[in-house]
Parts: sequence; structure tokens; C-alpha cells
Amino acid sequence: MPMNESWQTAEIPGPKKASLIMKPDIADAMIRRAKRPIMIVGHGIIEYDVEGRPLIDCLIDLSRKAKIPIVSSASTNKEFLAREFEPAAIMSAIDISYRLTDPEWKGLDGKESYDLAIFVGLPYSMEWTILSGLKHFAPGVKTMTFDCVYQPNASWSFPNSTIKDWAASLKGIVENLED
Amino acid sequence: MGRKSVNFSIKEINTDLARFRDLNITIGAITREQWDEPMGPTPFPSLTTLRPWDQRLLKRYKPFYLPFCDLCCMCTYGKCDLTGSKKGACGISMSAQQSRTVLLSACIGAATHISHSRDLLTHLIAASGRDCPINVGGTGVEVEAPITRLVCGIKPITLGDLEPVLDYCENQVTQLLAVTHTGQEGNNLDFESKVFHAGMIDHVGMEVADIAQVSALGFPKADAEAPLVDLGLGTVDTKKPVILVIGHNVPPATEIIDYLKENDLFPEVEVTGICCTALDITRYSPKAKIVGPISWQLRYIRSGVPDVIVIDEQCIRTDTLFEAARINTPLIATSEKNCLGLPDLTHEPVESIISGFVTGTVPGALILDPEKVGEVAVRVAIAMAPQRKKHSALPTKHQLTEWAKKCTQCMLCRRACPNDLPVAQAIRLAASGNLSGLDELYDDCLGCGRCESACKQKIPVHSLIVTAADKKTREETFCLRSGRGAIQDTEIRKVGGPIVLGEIPGIVAFVGCANYPKGSREVAEMCMEFARRRYIVCTSGCSAMSAGMYRDEEGKTAYERYSGAFEAGGIVNVGSCVANAHIAGAAIKIASVFAKRPLRGNYEEIADYVYNRVGAVGVAWGAMSQKAAAIAAGFWRLGIPVVVGPHGTKYRRMLLGRADKEADWLVYDARTGEQVNGGPVPEHLFFAAETKEEAMVMIAKLTMRPNDTSKGRANKLANYIDLHKRLIGGIPPDVYRLVRTPADIPLTMKDEIQVHLAEHDWKEATIPDPTLLSRMVHSRKVA
Ligand code: SF4
Ligand code: SF4
Ligand code: SF4
Repeated sequence: MPMNESWQTAEIPGPKKASLIMKPDIADAMIRRAKRPIMIVGHGIIEYDVEGRPLIDCLIDLSRKAKIPIVSSASTNKEFLAREFEPAAIMSAIDISYRLTDPEWKGLDGKESYDLAIFVGLPYSMEWTILSGLKHFAPGVKTMTFDCVYQPNASWSFPNSTIKDWAASLKGIVENLED
Repeated sequence: MGRKSVNFSIKEINTDLARFRDLNITIGAITREQWDEPMGPTPFPSLTTLRPWDQRLLKRYKPFYLPFCDLCCMCTYGKCDLTGSKKGACGISMSAQQSRTVLLSACIGAATHISHSRDLLTHLIAASGRDCPINVGGTGVEVEAPITRLVCGIKPITLGDLEPVLDYCENQVTQLLAVTHTGQEGNNLDFESKVFHAGMIDHVGMEVADIAQVSALGFPKADAEAPLVDLGLGTVDTKKPVILVIGHNVPPATEIIDYLKENDLFPEVEVTGICCTALDITRYSPKAKIVGPISWQLRYIRSGVPDVIVIDEQCIRTDTLFEAARINTPLIATSEKNCLGLPDLTHEPVESIISGFVTGTVPGALILDPEKVGEVAVRVAIAMAPQRKKHSALPTKHQLTEWAKKCTQCMLCRRACPNDLPVAQAIRLAASGNLSGLDELYDDCLGCGRCESACKQKIPVHSLIVTAADKKTREETFCLRSGRGAIQDTEIRKVGGPIVLGEIPGIVAFVGCANYPKGSREVAEMCMEFARRRYIVCTSGCSAMSAGMYRDEEGKTAYERYSGAFEAGGIVNVGSCVANAHIAGAAIKIASVFAKRPLRGNYEEIADYVYNRVGAVGVAWGAMSQKAAAIAAGFWRLGIPVVVGPHGTKYRRMLLGRADKEADWLVYDARTGEQVNGGPVPEHLFFAAETKEEAMVMIAKLTMRPNDTSKGRANKLANYIDLHKRLIGGIPPDVYRLVRTPADIPLTMKDEIQVHLAEHDWKEATIPDPTLLSRMVHSRKVA
């Protein structure tokens, strides 16, 4: 399957397409370079495991290690609470993404705007449209997706991957951040 | 009596209080002696008349654009790349282009309803005469056409009076469509204002259609006890000849019923329907059966059950002729808008048409005479049934497995599936004889067939799903309360107070198409939850069907469990798409009948009332069509928020408030004229939820209004907090923004909320007598 085609075959955006995260280092470098990253987590994460561990645990590790606040959308929050992890905010994906388009918005803590937004686990087409909104209307925010399929409207996206390859990459990202 | 036309001369006067249009209207018998209410400031508004009102709303609810394409290809300058801050060759920006697309969509939707309305009205006038009185609810409904009265400032008395109303609508939609031409409007918010205008005009068109058909076809008239009718594939008696009607414009279907009745054939023949024609045919005869929403088209046709298919207009699969031919079933097209390349046999003798169908020489035909359709459809169904023997296009279970073995696991089916369903995995299982995966997909499958088009192995994927789920399809035996039409004025008087004060926590209307993220069941579950919580729940269109396609733990459907009255805990099916007008009409009647605000040509004041006081929310969980866009826009202009499902983000933009910006929420306190914080309610005007759970919590929040009394706010907060705790976890993070005084706090949650308020440095605020219109201030302190 082509790595950088929209996972939904017909959802082709236009000339500006996401760069591929071919190696964990690429994502790590972006995360390290970001001054104010944020992660927006949708309910789809519940379906996935990363090498035997629930994806949500992997994201919690990532959040803690890289100090990336998590915004939990919708019912995903219950999964975080069940793990005694308190997301930085419970907000709908639409709400938080809309705020990211406001350059005056100083973030959840009122300190500074975010410069990197990582998305994972939203329904594919909803994440696609939201990332499109940010691509066009949030020039100060880079976006990255951690799903196992290509999201062309992000700044960086994983390629369309097998679960095995994707899980290995994601694990690599988290492990590298420990260094 | 001849056709009426509107003759009006307009002298526009702008005063500091209002824009006033001195209209001299002559429309046959309309209004002259029958309605002594003085004319309001904005009858027959033009494109810009209500622009100031729209600007007020749009200042608060700004578009969050979600472009579905980076390009514009609408003229030969294109394609133009509008990425980021780039402009098109015509100078348009991405934001304006997105709003332009929304306007185009709303125009298509409004034009579709209005054209449907026109065809229907012309037919009904031909059958019943221009003098046929409008009667939508006998003495229980004095305000028979709240939207028409509000927008146009006229009170229609007969069917003939509705013609000039449609003249106005047609004129406005033409003007609006012209706005979308290259090099016309260039400002995104002006496009948005025109979207609202298209929506309002759409609501007028829908109202005309429904009050005309309710009056002339004897549909239930504002009847809370409209009959329960059969719903679901399993209710169809397949031993009989079966007629399938699909679409929205009911006359061909009513003629089928008439022919059956006149010839004592009704017991012998099944009349079944999909989409809104199905809803309306059961309003005409409760013996007709509803198969399901639009997503049931492929599965039902391929089952081979229909012996003749009659289509009219809107939301009909454009490959119906192809699908009908696969099961050897003749197709009758009945609308000029949907000819499908078929020969026009309107003027052929009935016998010859029937013979062409039965001998198979004519697979389909266009017949533009509904009465002729009635006879032909019935006689063809009876003649075809024995020779077709319900010839199905679905594979047997053995064939299914053989097909599945051809699968190469290329994943193209899944990549084509709008719901990203794990189709390939299910087919892999099926290849080994295990059909459980495919069976599971059935509930979430939209029946779009995209998986099949994508498959290079030509595997009929959707058919495989339907065959695997044959037990489920047989068990689809539900019921639905036939569309009741309008809400009675008496009901409005009873619930008006409790709604405006917030004691009834809100009106939640589940409307629109079936492009659901996870099947029909979610709509049924949401309806039941809100009815259980004593909201007034309204349903219409495909959502009305979905609401009935589920049984609770006691085996009851929503319509069996809850009353059909417009009351706390009622589930009120108003009818087909065009009956949505009655939901907007109910909100308008709360302002006019209950609160006695002047109605006639007085849009701004009524919308201001509804927006600030009537806790209504529309939910279009599977909104798909351009009509849905227009319907939503009509609600927005009235200040009624709309929640859509995740596919709704493809409507190009949301309209979102910013609860964190206090300055956005200023209202006038009508008592003092001061501008005060009315609170972030309702927080959004157009919002896409990711999941059912998120939607339910948002719906509960969006019913709040600045006018809520403390008792009312406490009730709304109790529902909001309870749903949030149950579905999302914990107290909602924004309760402190929604509590205005200690009396707003729900008693049972007092302790935990007080802790929350203390954490957020909460301060008490006053509850205003809210309005966005300075002219509504009682004392004239405002500059
Ligand atoms: S309408 Fe404007 S943006 Fe669109 S193709 Fe034409 S010039 Fe380009
Ligand atoms: S598209 Fe066809 S061949 Fe490919 S996985 Fe789907 S069913 Fe199999
Ligand atoms: S028919 Fe069903 S399974 Fe196939 S693409 Fe459409 S929704 Fe998906």
C-alpha cells in the first residue's frame, strides 16, 4: 500500500501534504525542537495496542517523559482517569483545535501559545478536516499525527503502516525521549 | 379562482430603532380582514434586511474553517491553490471560499425543498383547488404557519395563498445563488449571513410543503396520538406483491394507495417505502410500511423483495435503475428532476406501459402523471410478483464464502469506506466460513457501496454483509409514530413557561439523514436518554426512523415507550424532512403564542427571544445532504444551535463560541439597558461531536440560555453534570462559567460544586433580562 496516500483514498487535499515520519528520530527531533507541544487524544486510541501494551499507556509515558500536556477529547477521558492520569484538559477536538487557530490564545495554562499539536485517535475523516483547518488557519502551529495511517493535512504523519511497524516506531519515539 | 400573486411596493425606512419597510401588500384574500396584527419591520426580507442580526450572531460564533480541499475549481481560471494565505485568481481567500461553498450547499438545499414544495403545491391545487383551506390542526392550531407569518408577514388561509410565498422563496434563492458567482461576494462573514438567509428561506419552503400536504391529503393534524406504523425490513410480508417508493414528494405514492383502496386491493399488496416518502405515505395510510432510512436502499432492493420501484425526488441512489434491473424489477421515475435517461411514457396508454414492463422490454420509464403511476405501479407489482419470484441479487451463504476466497486483502474496500470499517478483516474471516465479522459490520454500514466500487476483485462487499446479517434483517420489526405535523397552540401554552424558565430542561430535535458514524442505534439511545430526562424530544426524517429502530430492555421502541405529545418526556415525530418546519415553528410559537411577542414580519425580535430564552438544540447526527445544511442554517438564524456527528466536519466549517472570552457574551439587560455578561450560553451554534457521548453532554450544555431562572439553570446543570460524570468522567471543567448565583447550583451536587467554584475563584453574577437588541430595552437608557 502506498505510504503517502490518504488512507481514505478519495480524501486528497491539494498541493501541501504531510512529510513522512519514516523513523522515530524525526518525530523525536520535532518534539524536542517544539517549545510548547500539546497532544490531542481521541477515542480511537482505545482500539490499539503497542507491542502488547495499550496505546493509551504508551501515550501517558510519552506525555510524562516529554512533558507534553494531553487534551482528552470526549469519552477518552474515562480511560485516562481509570489509569489515575489526569489530562491537562477535557475538551472536544473541535474546541481545542479552534483555539489553536487563535494566535492570541495563551494555552491551557495561560502562559504561551502552542507551536506543535500532536493528534491521535480521532475518526480518520474528522482528524483530516481538523488538520486541514489548522494547516490553513494556524500558521504558527505545526501538527503531527501518531495514527498508523497517513494524514496528508498534518505537517508530519506516519505513513500507512502495518500495526507492527507503527507500534515499533511509536515505541521507539517514547524510548528515544528517555535519553 | 385564479392564481394569486404578491404585489407589494416597498418604501424602506431606516429609523434608529428599526428598519421599517412600509409594505403595500395585496395577495388575494391574504391577511386583509383575517389578521389584524400590525405589520412588523421586516416582511419579505431581502438579502441584507437581517444582516445586522446575523452579524450579531457571527460576532459571537465565528467560523472555524475545515477546508475539504485546498483548491477551488469553480471557474476556468482554476484550479486555484488557496492554501493558507494564498488567493485565487479572482482574489478570493480560503475563508471566503469555504463560506461560499457553504452558501452553495445551503442554496442547493433550499432550492430542493422549495422546488419540492412547488411541485407538491401545484399537484394539490390541481386536485383540491386554490380555495382548499389550510388546516393543520383544527381549533388546536391558530397559528398555522408560524414561519411564513414571521418571515413574510402574511397569514395564508388557502392553498392558493401559499403560491406567492413560494414566489418569494424562489426569488430569494435565485438571488442567493447569484452571490456565489465568481467575483461576486468576497467577504466570508457576508457569505455566512447569506447562508443564514438561505436557511430561513428554506424553512419557509418546508413549511409551505408540509402545511399544504397536511391540509389537502388528510395527514394527522397536530395529533399527539398519530398511529404507530410498521418499521423495518422484517415487517414486510414477502408473500405479497410489494411496491417500493423512495424519495420525498408523496403524490405518486398517495395515488398508489388510492388505487389500491378503490380497487379493494390493499389487503393483497404491500406498500413499502424508504426515506421521507415512506414517512409521508404512512401519514396518508398507516397500513403502509417503512423499510428504513436512505441507507437501506441497496440492502432492500438487492433482497429482491420489491416487485416494482417508484422513485420521486431527492436522496435516491442514482444507480437505482441498475440495481432494479439486477432483480428484474421495473422502475418508475415520477419527477422531472430525476429522469435517469428513461423514456417518457406519461402519455402512453396504461395497458401498453404495463405490458412493456411485464414483458421486460421496458426496464424503466418516466411517468409524470401521479394518478397514472398509481394504477401502473399496482398492476405491475401484481403482474410481476409471480414471475419474478422475489429474484434476489444477494449471494447465498455458500456463494458468499466463495467470493470471500477471492479477496487479496488489498484493503481498498476499507480505504473507501466512509466509516473506516474493518471490511477486509471480516472478509478474511468469512473466507474460512466464519461470518461473524461481516454480521457485525451490518449495524455500522451506511449501505453506500463504495467498498464494492473499490474492489478490483469485483467482490460485492455490501451484499456479503447483508447476506451474513440475514437474521438481523429478518428481526427488523420495529414501529414508529406516524408524523404528527404541527405542534398545537395549546401544547405550546402549557410548556412555554416551563421551557422559558428552564424547568423543562430543553427541546432536543433529532433530525436529518443517516450518515451515522456508528449506525442508527446511537440515535435511538440518545432519544430515549433525553426523553427519560424529561426533555421534549422531537424527531423527523431518517432520524425519526432510526429513533424507532431499537428496543429497550423491556422490548419497547422509543415510540411505544414515550408519548407523542409535545411535553416533558415526549418523543414527537413531526414527519418527513419538510416537517422540520414544525420544530422551528414550535420555537417561534413559544415566543408568539406563549410570550405574546408580535409575530408578523418581526424576525429579529422573535429570533432574539428564541435565542435568549428557548433552550432548543437540533441534532443532525448523520447529516449528509445539502438540504440538511439549509435546515441547519434556518435554525442558526433563529439562534438554535445544531450538533452534528463527526462526518459533519465535512460541511466546511463550524460556528463556535469562545467561552473563555467574557467580552463575547455581553447582552443587554432589557430592564436597565446595561450591557452585562449573559454567560457563554449557548456556547456554540454549529458543533461536530466526535462520539455519541460527547454529543450528549454537549446537547445538555447547549440547552442553557441566559434567561434561565435559577431553578431552570439548576435543572439544566444537573443533567449536564450528571451526563458528564457518567459519560466523560468527573465534574465538567466549566461549571463555574455556568453557575450565576448560588441558587443555580443543583441541590444534590452542592458540596462538590462549591469546591469547584472555590477552585475557580467564582463570583456571583446577576441574571439579566437578556436581549441582543438595544431596541428591546424597556427604559431608553441606551444610546
Ligand atoms: S472562482 Fe476564483 S478561486 Fe475559484 S477557480 Fe475561479 S478564480 Fe480560482
Ligand atoms: S477491496 Fe476486495 S480484494 Fe481488496 S481487501 Fe477488499 S474485498 Fe478484498
Ligand atoms: S457499504 Fe458499508 S462497508 Fe461498504 S463502504 Fe459503505 S459503509 Fe463501508
